[in-house]
Amino acid sequence: MRVLESWVSGPLSRFLTESSARMVLLMTSSGQVVAQHGFTRSVDVMSAAALGAGIMASTGEMARLMGSPHFGALVHQGSEQGMLLCGFDTPRGRWIGLVAFGPETSVGLVQLFFQQFVDEITAAAPPAEVHGPVLAENFEHELNASLRALFGR
Amino acid sequence: MNPHANVLKRVSAVKGVRGAMLVSAPDGLVVAESLMEDVDGQAVAALAAALAGRLRRVASAASLGTPAVVQLRGEAGTLLAVPAGEELLLVAVGDREANLGLARLELLEAARSIR
Repeated sequence: MRVLESWVSGPLSRFLTESSARMVLLMTSSGQVVAQHGFTRSVDVMSAAALGAGIMASTGEMARLMGSPHFGALVHQGSEQGMLLCGFDTPRGRWIGLVAFGPETSVGLVQLFFQQFVDEITAAAPPAEVHGPVLAENFEHELNASLRALFGR
Repeated sequence: MNPHANVLKRVSAVKGVRGAMLVSAPDGLVVAESLMEDVDGQAVAALAAALAGRLRRVASAASLGTPAVVQLRGEAGTLLAVPAGEELLLVAVGDREANLGLARLELLEAARSIR
């Protein structure tokens, strides 16, 4: 497990232990990776972060068209692995969680412990920082900066 | 109306039972429920399904066959879980005064009707 902000470490560690999730990627809505577990290559983190943020943006827009503020979570259940993609509000802004899990656990358990994780980091988060508008160049810059921090290159 | 609602209502009507639910066993998600407000259905469904899955493996390892009833007794009450086929699990939560014998019978009957 690698985290950029130390206060995420405890709740994320508990989530991983309790949920038996295989991989986790936490990011801001602008694509800055906050923490990851289970990824071994930075290119995979980069792809997953870009895809996750893109899916959340797409479903958020679909929700808006349907008159809903946003969807709570998106679950894909495959034969070997499942995936939970979840947006949630924190004092540090809106974050996105991407969780991959296998048959050793269940989507119910992952959702249950992810909600507990959200509650814990919401309570533990330091005050918010002021951010400017999310621009394409900001997304790429922040993504690259967080990858350097997470993978040391 | 959910087709399983009447089955769950019969279980919930047993004295001391605070709720019953039908759970998707592989997913740990609620399929149908009839619960009192103070019972966190999603949490009970996820954890009961995980517990039942582990106990099924324990029973298999000990050559006991498939568990027919899981009974978890706590300080303030009891949780009963009965498999209804491979995919479903019937769960009831009762307080200390619950008529557990009748609750078990109703759960087993409900499981037979659902299979």
